[in-house]
Amino acid sequence: MSVLAVQDLRVGFRDGTLAVRGISLDLGHGETLGLVGESGCGKSVTSLAVMGLLARGAARTAAGIRLAGEDIARASERRMAQLRGDRIAMIFQEPMTSLNPAYTVGDQLSEVYRRHRGAGRLQARDRAADLLARVGIANPGLRLAQYPHELSGGLRQRVMIAMALMCEPDVLIADEPTTALDVTVQAQILRLLQDLQKETGLAILLITHDLGVVARMADRVSVMYAGEIVESGTAEALFGRPMHPYTRGLLDSIPVPGKLRPGDQLKAIPGTVPRITAAFRGCGFRDRCGLADRGCEDTIMPREEGPQHRYLCRLSSELQGQAS
Amino acid sequence: MSGRLTPSAKAALVIGGSVLGATVLLALLAPWIAPHDPFLQNLDQRLAPPFWAEGSLSGHPLGTDQLGRDYLSRLLYGARISLLIGAVTVILSGMIGVGLGMAGGYAGGWLDDAVMIVVTCRLSIPLILVALTVVALTGTSLVVVMLTLGLLLWERFAVVARTTTMQVRHREFIEAARLCGASLPHILLREVLPNILPHLVVVMTLELAIAILLEAALSFLGLGVPPPLPSWGLMIAEARDQMFFMPWVITIPGVALFTLVLAINILGDGLRDLVAGGHAR
Amino acid sequence: MIRFILRRLVLAFAVFLIVVTVSFLLTRLSGDLAVSIAGPNATAEDVATVRARYGFDRPLPVQFAVWFGNLLHGDLGTSYLYREPVADLLAKRLPVTLTLGAVGLVLAVLVGVPLGIAAAVANGSVWDRLIGLVGLVGQAMPSFWLALLMMIWVGVYWQLLPISGLDDWQGYVMPGIVLAASSVPVLMRLTRAGMVEALASDYVRTARAKGLSWASVLLKHALRNAAMPVVTVAAVQFGFMLGGSVVIESIFALHGMGFLAWEAISKGDFAVVQAVVLLLATIFILLTLIADLLNALIDPRLRIA
Repeated sequence: MSVLAVQDLRVGFRDGTLAVRGISLDLGHGETLGLVGESGCGKSVTSLAVMGLLARGAARTAAGIRLAGEDIARASERRMAQLRGDRIAMIFQEPMTSLNPAYTVGDQLSEVYRRHRGAGRLQARDRAADLLARVGIANPGLRLAQYPHELSGGLRQRVMIAMALMCEPDVLIADEPTTALDVTVQAQILRLLQDLQKETGLAILLITHDLGVVARMADRVSVMYAGEIVESGTAEALFGRPMHPYTRGLLDSIPVPGKLRPGDQLKAIPGTVPRITAAFRGCGFRDRCGLADRGCEDTIMPREEGPQHRYLCRLSSELQGQAS
Repeated sequence: MSGRLTPSAKAALVIGGSVLGATVLLALLAPWIAPHDPFLQNLDQRLAPPFWAEGSLSGHPLGTDQLGRDYLSRLLYGARISLLIGAVTVILSGMIGVGLGMAGGYAGGWLDDAVMIVVTCRLSIPLILVALTVVALTGTSLVVVMLTLGLLLWERFAVVARTTTMQVRHREFIEAARLCGASLPHILLREVLPNILPHLVVVMTLELAIAILLEAALSFLGLGVPPPLPSWGLMIAEARDQMFFMPWVITIPGVALFTLVLAINILGDGLRDLVAGGHAR
Repeated sequence: MIRFILRRLVLAFAVFLIVVTVSFLLTRLSGDLAVSIAGPNATAEDVATVRARYGFDRPLPVQFAVWFGNLLHGDLGTSYLYREPVADLLAKRLPVTLTLGAVGLVLAVLVGVPLGIAAAVANGSVWDRLIGLVGLVGQAMPSFWLALLMMIWVGVYWQLLPISGLDDWQGYVMPGIVLAASSVPVLMRLTRAGMVEALASDYVRTARAKGLSWASVLLKHALRNAAMPVVTVAAVQFGFMLGGSVVIESIFALHGMGFLAWEAISKGDFAVVQAVVLLLATIFILLTLIADLLNALIDPRLRIA
């Protein structure tokens, strides 16, 4: 049974750009779903749309967004505020700026618990200290009284995680949680998320452009391009048998230790994500794709490659067939 | 740059600019378009009401003052005084402020500290009080008012010139000029100044408005432009005794003053948007 | 924190010393005081007597030393108009002006800050423009003219408030509004700019992701960070209001320090003028000092610097 089910989510901006074009996601208890793509492909807009945090000038429609059975697609702002931070929480890319510089760590942690649990000051503070300890921060008592600028980037991201988990949410949306951190700290934070998931059964929607992170963390993966999910499947299937040319391009553009010889060039995908408006038909990737022909300008029907492995490309299977 | 300008910024430039331009034109043409001599008293026709009120006199569309002088003519000549004092004040204070600000911003170090202390001192000193005192001690005249205001209203120029100079100081073209052996005055006047000028123009409009308001306030208190010159502030002061019975005696010059200052401020807002590239409102 | 305070104190003291010198020079350099004090009908002999009595015949540095020495003892000289020590006069008049300034500041903050917040929330909309227009109007309004208009309509035609004097608290309302009118646009614009920036920040997004109420997001998380420049400028505006009391008090006939200064200037009582200038400047220096310390309380990052 899924804790978060998004059906046919669409987001458009006032200038006519369609940032998200009918995507569906499904996230089960204790599961991690990786949402992968380049910057500008609509990942972050998707996460903000699910949270109901889109900026003014962006409009959202969806057939349904079910959070633990409740449809929040049409929930009031008041109801959304009750759910955010309580049942569904989010951490962001920039731990440096995501904490309020004017309040102590303790204050910012406690207020979530006080807001959603109606807890008193002391109770919330104890809870905050517990959570800091659980995210691996030594000496929580000291940290509670400190201000964000007194902490390192890794510590701040731990604080953000602790803050997100204050009310034991069902779903955690992690938007590029390690991108801004040092490599060693990245590993620590990812390990922490895995441990916490094991303890609490948290469902994680992990949004990243880093396939390495996804390979390490995700049970299932959805690859997003130009506002659509172009390929989705279990991590095993998707990495083992990538079907969409874009997925392959992404995989080819990561250096694999041992396989790369000095002098070899990493393959980069040429071009950038296009701006899509309502008049657009066909495959969003065709301008950057080596296989594309005139047929790619028509609407593309989804295809399946084994159970739960779907992709949006009309040419790929033939190519795959020829290759094998 | 203008392509990215928001419609409201464009409107601000057009509206503010045209009202200010019209006022300048009226002021320049005052001797030719004023219906009467603004100093000519006619004690038989004192306090005639303006055209919309009952009992108005033909030939005096805005009525007459307590000495029978034509209000419209005095208003037109008053625009000359406001604009003249405003312009001279801005030029004088601009030279002082920009000089100080550029020196501090370009040199940095102790000179910059000194400039900031001087600016803080100037801000600490109560503006109107000091202006009133100086005018009281040296005598009321047009020149005294211009000099006093010019010597007092430079701090915003200094602050903005300093900040913007600091921003361009290390840009490549300045470094290049320095490496080519350009003299310090050359660098400051030919390289730095043109680059900070747009910001200074915005300050100019702001200070122009403030100078005009201050002149009116000083004249209103009797320590500004001396009678019988038709300063708007002085007109309001002279008409004060009648204001409860005939409010138009103070509303007419007041509206003129308010409109001119409003137009200058609107123009300033538009210019600020132009300088910012049309991003901010 | 200690270093920050020390630096600010040293700076404030340096500014104070310069201001003391300037307020001394102000009256000595811009004209012959003895002539002013002796009056228009005085003979050359009278002027000489005055000059000797007030010590104007001595070298300027000596005059300054004597004046400064007296100042340190709290002796600001004697008003020749009131025949009373200037310090006593100021002590009597200052409360009126401070009350007036406080009324003006409170009104300006109560109007300007909420308008600024509203404009920031409505950023770019019709409401934002409308509020901006209110600011422009306030900025362009000559305060002495606004005072007269209010006296005519609010005071005489509608009889809502007294037009002059200080029989009770109502006497403070109209002058307070006039003083506030010129500060509202400044506070409003600053609040708006700070709030627009804060509302677009990552920490406000975090606060919303935490499910906090809109009031808490706006007033706790955004406003606190937008408040710093507002606090500084509010202090500066309070200083300006005390200075502006010269105009307002003379129009509304409130017998505060501004009125005293106005009388002293027009009658040539320069010991009083000097003292008022000095006092206002000192208050201003203290205000900005307090504002900086308040900011250190608001923003913890400043405390280390």
